[in-house]
Amino acid sequence: MIGFLIQRVLQALMVVIAMSIIVFLGVYAIGNPIDVMIDPASDQALREALIQRYGFDRPLFEQYFIFMNNMLHGDLGESFIYRLPVLNLILSRLPATLELALTAMLIATLLGIPLGLWAGYKPDSLSAKAIMGFSVLGFSVPSFWVGLLLIMVFAVELGWFPSGGRGPTTEVLGMNLSITSLEGWSYILLPAFNLALFKLGLLIRLTRAGTVEVMGSDYVRFARAQGLSEGKVVGLHVLKNISIPIVTVFGLELGSTLAFAVVTETVFNWPGMGKLIIDSITVLDRPVMVAYLILVVFLFVMINLVVDLIYGQLDPRIRVKAAS
Amino acid sequence: MSHSPVLALPAETGWTRFSNFWSDFRQSPVAVAALTVVVVVVLMAVLAPYVAPQDPYNQEALDLFDARLEPGEVGSGGYVHWLGTDAAGRDIFSAILYGLRTSLIVGVMAGTLALILGTTVGLIAAYYGGRVEALIMRIIDLQLSLPAILLALVLVAMLGQGLMQLVAALVAAQYAYFARTTHGAASAERRKDYIEAALSTPLPARHVLFRHLLPNALPPLIVVATVQVANSIALEATLSFLGLGLPLTQPSLGSLISNGFQFLLSGRYWISIYPGIALMLTVVAINLVGDQVRNVLNPRRSR
Amino acid sequence: MSDAVLRVNNLQTQFETRGGVLKAVDGVSFEVGRGRILGLVGESGSGKSVTGYSILGLIEAPGRIAGGEVLLNGKDITRLRGDAMRQVRGAQIAMVFQDPMMTLNPVLKIGTQMIAAVRAHDKVSRKAARARARDALAKVGIPSPEERLDAYPHQLSGGMRQRVAIAIALLHSPAVIIADEPTTALDVSIQGQILAEVRRLADETGTAFVWVTHDLAVVSSLADDICVMYAGRVVESGPAADVIASPRHPYTAGLLASVPAEHEPGTKLPQVPGSTPSLANLPQGCAFAPRCAKAGPACTTTPPVQQFEDGRTALCHYPIEPVSCQPLSLTSTTYRSAS
Repeated sequence: MIGFLIQRVLQALMVVIAMSIIVFLGVYAIGNPIDVMIDPASDQALREALIQRYGFDRPLFEQYFIFMNNMLHGDLGESFIYRLPVLNLILSRLPATLELALTAMLIATLLGIPLGLWAGYKPDSLSAKAIMGFSVLGFSVPSFWVGLLLIMVFAVELGWFPSGGRGPTTEVLGMNLSITSLEGWSYILLPAFNLALFKLGLLIRLTRAGTVEVMGSDYVRFARAQGLSEGKVVGLHVLKNISIPIVTVFGLELGSTLAFAVVTETVFNWPGMGKLIIDSITVLDRPVMVAYLILVVFLFVMINLVVDLIYGQLDPRIRVKAAS
Repeated sequence: MSHSPVLALPAETGWTRFSNFWSDFRQSPVAVAALTVVVVVVLMAVLAPYVAPQDPYNQEALDLFDARLEPGEVGSGGYVHWLGTDAAGRDIFSAILYGLRTSLIVGVMAGTLALILGTTVGLIAAYYGGRVEALIMRIIDLQLSLPAILLALVLVAMLGQGLMQLVAALVAAQYAYFARTTHGAASAERRKDYIEAALSTPLPARHVLFRHLLPNALPPLIVVATVQVANSIALEATLSFLGLGLPLTQPSLGSLISNGFQFLLSGRYWISIYPGIALMLTVVAINLVGDQVRNVLNPRRSR
Repeated sequence: MSDAVLRVNNLQTQFETRGGVLKAVDGVSFEVGRGRILGLVGESGSGKSVTGYSILGLIEAPGRIAGGEVLLNGKDITRLRGDAMRQVRGAQIAMVFQDPMMTLNPVLKIGTQMIAAVRAHDKVSRKAARARARDALAKVGIPSPEERLDAYPHQLSGGMRQRVAIAIALLHSPAVIIADEPTTALDVSIQGQILAEVRRLADETGTAFVWVTHDLAVVSSLADDICVMYAGRVVESGPAADVIASPRHPYTAGLLASVPAEHEPGTKLPQVPGSTPSLANLPQGCAFAPRCAKAGPACTTTPPVQQFEDGRTALCHYPIEPVSCQPLSLTSTTYRSAS
């Protein structure tokens, strides 16, 4: 188990380092960041001073090592545009994104698992077919477009929800959250549902496939032959068996939800990390771009690692394999 | 089935294979409807200059008096703007046709290049095996674990904006799917005895690659290619919507929707909704066709 | 035999398919007494397993029970629906399946699955249910049952798992246990242990067994009575020893002749020619006629049930005359009770 853990952590570390090199070189090697930072008409001396200050005159690999060294000390550089430490900038936007992503995952789970169970339990029913049709739409229709439709129907036409923005927040444990108030929920519900749609489609499919497989298994027939009620058959056998793939996907998708929040945040003008990165790419604010990408990759890899470990706990067969 | 698929080929001609495929495909009315939509969309995109009442990007032909006309109103051109006009007086219907053209070009181009690149990488991994295979597939797996939108963002951030940059970003984000598919099918075949036998003869490597390994990977590749073209179109639209895709001088469906977004709140829904419907129809139809192709080519995996 | 705990009368189970109605079970009748073991014998596709599932009401669409009755202690259970039927399953009639690798859920501990089975019928505490599960494991001869409760199925051998399945079937001391080829997937030595265990349980607890199998050797050593099925019908029935010593139906005779243990080494093993017919296109009259050496002109009409004086039946126009040679056994061991 320890060996397995160390191996996975090393692997995760390699990915983060590789991505940091690619991102750093890719973003810094192209174009001249100084042009973005200052008025092109400003004098040469100021220019030179800035180049010196940011170290743009040194070789790229040296810049990279300085960057990595600083990063390990919690210094991710300073935004060209906001003139703020990048780390603070991103961290100040993190709660909004996390809140949105977690609410989306919650919606996807609370809707997706029951719907998938039903679709798998009665696979030939009309309702099951409708659910499956919905799930196909859920992950083939581009999410920004669904976001627009949601805004048009629920904000513009019906006026049930605000069309965008985050609304009031309260500070909880140093983070500004909007899910603490009813009004905050009215702001988060539409974007969270939008962000949830893709996972919802995926979860419905997975849950249905797992349910169909388990319902057709010998052990479910055996359980029925023992006189277990249908509720018990589903609650005990089906749920336990589908929990493994679902936890995996849930974990992996948490990472991609953070990434896809970029789109939803732009559509709903939600002030999270995603909105920040899009704005930064448009104005070529490189330190923010690099820091965001490395941070997201880091989060992603960490989540994968945790999912791997939980997976081992859930499936006794894997645990045995890892031990031997 | 350990015999070579090449030996099985002469028994059935290309035509009978196609007609078998078609008679299976027809079983699903939804898929046939979807295929019809795809054909119509492609035809409209190809024939855009002949079908569209207006060239939406010829600035001189636009009249600001026609700006933001509602669907069904008649503009100064004397014809009905069935889907309305945008803020610059562009006929939305014409803009959609031209936008479809761009979207399809980007999608098909990215899909084809990703197919070529991914298939090559996958075949190389399957053919050489050993450490080359392990290294390549490790990288592919890592890449697949990262969301496509994130990779596309990185690349757009690195390369800047423009048609070629966009296609490059899409290819980089998607080739890995082809590589894994090809590798899966080809390496299963690679382990069979007849390939080992063929490798021990002085046959050129390309013979084994193209006569044996590639044909086995083809059916799943066709499915992945269909779905990836749809994904490319959707991803391109998403990036364009985010303002990271194509500039407004080369609008795709995504930039059209983005262009109309600001008018949505003021009730001028048509500027972005109609291009959006076109996008949705295209993407969903291609996906449904892909689903049915998968069912026909691999009946075991359906249900 | 009016003391039958389970009596199946003219049972009909049909499957609606695109090609028409398949009569998987077509008028099957038999009965089992307390503590007795009935061997339900047939090739794959003969309808023997479907008969087992039909008794428990476990036939799923597009299948359905089209007629007949299943009398449990004199009460017809084919009419029971929903919760009423659920209360019969596991409590009064239990079932053991063929493949012990598949019948236990791989991701649930043995204890969890057994506790659920106890509590399906008796509202007792988890602790009490666990104690009962442990006792049941001990009863089927599983060593250190307490530890086994915390094991996952994959940690046990195939034979152990089948014992667990039998222990689960025994939890509520059912009147009848239907065992669907429960030893087919096991090694011969393990099979022998389990057969001995089952015989002992039948004698000690009075539980009746319906032992569904294609293996005549198993039946000859275990069962008190035999029903031979072919194409959805019972073609021959009677006391196991008599049927095996002197089959009256040509099909039974053919099956017996093709048992290797019965056969002189070095010579060609006789087979029943042809193969099991598809239920979709059964011949008119006797379904076995096309493969039967004794078939005659009458075989194109439905054969009558011939009743013989010793309680035996055969579904045949031309039954084989009884032979009076000494009784033979297909295996060296027999688990049949002395009675």
